[in-house]
Amino acid sequence: MTKNEKNKESSRRKFLKSGLAIGAGTVIGGGLLSSCSATSAQDITNEKNVEKIKLLTTDGKIVEVEKSKPCPITPCEPAVGEDARKGIPGRKFVMVIDLSKCANAGKCTSGCQKGHNLQPDQEWMHVYLMKDHLYRDPYWFPKNCYHCDNPPCVKVCPVGATYKRSDGCVLVDVERCIGCKFCISACPYSARIFNWRVSDYKVKTEEEYSPETSVPSQQGTVSKCDFCPDRSREGKLPYCASSCPMGAIYFGDINEDVISNGDETLRFKQTIEDKAGYRYLEELGTKPSVYYLPPVDRMFPFKRGLKNLNDEQKLKYKNVLDKS
Amino acid sequence: MKLEQRSLKALNAFAPQMESVSKTGLFGLAIVIFLIILGVYALVIQIVKGHIVTGMRDNVVWGLYIANFIFFIGISYAGALISGILHLLRVKWRAPVIRIAESITVISTLIGPTYILLCMGRLDRLHYLVIFGRIQSPITWDILAITTYLVGSIILLYLAMIRDFAVLKDYPFKNNWRNKIYKFLAAGFIDTTKQNRFLNRSLDIMSALIIPLAILVHSVLAWIFGMTLRPGWHSTIFAPYFVVAAVYSGTGVLIIALWIFRKFYHLESYITKIHFNYLGIILLVLGALYGYFTFSEYLTSWYGSETWDMELLSKLFSANEYWWWFFFAAFIGVIVPIVIIIVPKFRNINSITFASLIAVLALWVKRYLIIIPTLETPLLPLQDMRAEYIHYTPTIIEWLLTFAGIAMFCLLFFLFSKFVPLIPIVREDESKNYAQLRKTVIERNIKRKIMEAKKKEAKKIENL
Repeated sequence: MTKNEKNKESSRRKFLKSGLAIGAGTVIGGGLLSSCSATSAQDITNEKNVEKIKLLTTDGKIVEVEKSKPCPITPCEPAVGEDARKGIPGRKFVMVIDLSKCANAGKCTSGCQKGHNLQPDQEWMHVYLMKDHLYRDPYWFPKNCYHCDNPPCVKVCPVGATYKRSDGCVLVDVERCIGCKFCISACPYSARIFNWRVSDYKVKTEEEYSPETSVPSQQGTVSKCDFCPDRSREGKLPYCASSCPMGAIYFGDINEDVISNGDETLRFKQTIEDKAGYRYLEELGTKPSVYYLPPVDRMFPFKRGLKNLNDEQKLKYKNVLDKS
Repeated sequence: MKLEQRSLKALNAFAPQMESVSKTGLFGLAIVIFLIILGVYALVIQIVKGHIVTGMRDNVVWGLYIANFIFFIGISYAGALISGILHLLRVKWRAPVIRIAESITVISTLIGPTYILLCMGRLDRLHYLVIFGRIQSPITWDILAITTYLVGSIILLYLAMIRDFAVLKDYPFKNNWRNKIYKFLAAGFIDTTKQNRFLNRSLDIMSALIIPLAILVHSVLAWIFGMTLRPGWHSTIFAPYFVVAAVYSGTGVLIIALWIFRKFYHLESYITKIHFNYLGIILLVLGALYGYFTFSEYLTSWYGSETWDMELLSKLFSANEYWWWFFFAAFIGVIVPIVIIIVPKFRNINSITFASLIAVLALWVKRYLIIIPTLETPLLPLQDMRAEYIHYTPTIIEWLLTFAGIAMFCLLFFLFSKFVPLIPIVREDESKNYAQLRKTVIERNIKRKIMEAKKKEAKKIENL
């Protein structure tokens, strides 16, 4: 083998290694969405006599970068300003909620509230008790924003304060929102809430506002679930998915065809295929990014979800409980 | 300007009235100003404490304010459609009605949109609608349509007043400033043939333009609701339904305004039973149309009986929710005015006004029923611990601002009536008709030529 060939061979190996490293990064549950984890690939190829390295980007292209410079990948910091209007390249986020696992623990709601500095009565993730028809037991139905691919809310916004990104997220820019509430009326899934009180938003935080974190929120504007793209940048699952004790909420990427609830990682298409995944109110044509697995072979009877509720909280579900 | 006997009489009757206020007028003015002050107070509270002081919550995000908005834009139809059509068709009895109708249009188009502002969470970002405006949003359509409509109706009203300004500028008023303003507003009109031709043409063009504009404004308003995927809103007949309902309520308000001004400004010799009868018949036709649309809308959704449509209908038809309001808006508001006007025995000035009052109130309730029950019926079940999030009840703040809006409407109307005579002093059809004039001039020319030709022939014969 000539020296030249040797070099070629080694660079090919290095490329494979780096590719594998990215692959490994994506398959391991928690790190699955980590765009930042690609930096570890750079560490592996950190050899002296190689000036350039090839990397597989998240959108499937091979790029050559200088080894000394950081990888041209998505930054870990949440995007601000105009950058927050573009999606994370190559991503198409998806959520799958397994209704057979939900026992109304309410941790998704509280985890989300804590993560986004919400008031106790503001719920981006809301757990409904649903009863489809007479012969079906009620089941718990967690519902956040569906991040529709044909979003009725984005269509009607007069100032473009709410927008759809290439990675599937429908975000709200509260610095632009004029508070006309048309998007709340237009959303068929009641996913949006309004900041009614002035008093809640007087405290100013040091944090710079980003539509990806939705923090800090502002009075007189609309807010809703943001799919936690800032957490995805760090390679973490959204607050609701990571706080669900039953592992009912899976989050992932359609392009990579993987979803994870933190404990297990599944193939998205296969899971939807095997468990007859569906989207709520598909007939509206809004094309949601949140899929449900039907409540078959349930892990708990629905009544278990009533255990940790007081009488007042039970009243909330009166319309369904009366029927069953 | 030369004036006819009738116009002179009208000038001498109205001009002094514009400078004095009667005792009842002062009393009314005091009430109206008091209501406006209360409204300002309510507005300050809402701005300081946020929208939490209203009854609106996450499900019912639009309440009384938006109902008022539709109502005021609805009554603006009085001027646009009624006066536009009456003018274009050269209806003989229109003169005393037309200016009141047009001023209703302008004033209510000024008041209506302020309710949108009251409903906005961030008034400080109003200019974003221009900076970041998106043409895809029905709200942008609405802003474009309403501003065009407002400008159009102001131009129409102004054009129709120019002749009166030209007369008023020479009237010896107590206060000199009036003459100065009238002179400015008369814009140099001295009743020449050319000026009259231009003015008449402009009036015709504006009357024709204002009709499609008015239809567009209310259609766009209906589309704000029709474009959403909501039971009771997502309906293809919503635009024409809104238009018909708007003209119905607009005609109603016009009749009420005529009654009030007739009584308090002693216009009995100008506004007569004929006007009430004709407008009453227009009201009758519109009431029947509105009833037809209402029937068609609810029959369709009831017969199809989709889950959410049925949920909405069960709210409208259950006695402990909206049934009595719905009964008033959809049955009383149609049947009572029709019966009063259709039976000649019942038909007189007061009963027609009463019928109009019923129609106007019913239409206000109907706007409330369009907004609130639909918003209380989301596609996902309402599961909330907070009662105010499930059922909307307007708060005192919202009511105060509603009454302040109505008071503002009355105040602006009052001020307008003190500045411009509500009945045109110079009628359009009394002005020199350019076409007629031209015809006589041409006829004279032809006669002269014939005479000259005859003379020539006579001379020839003489010479021979």
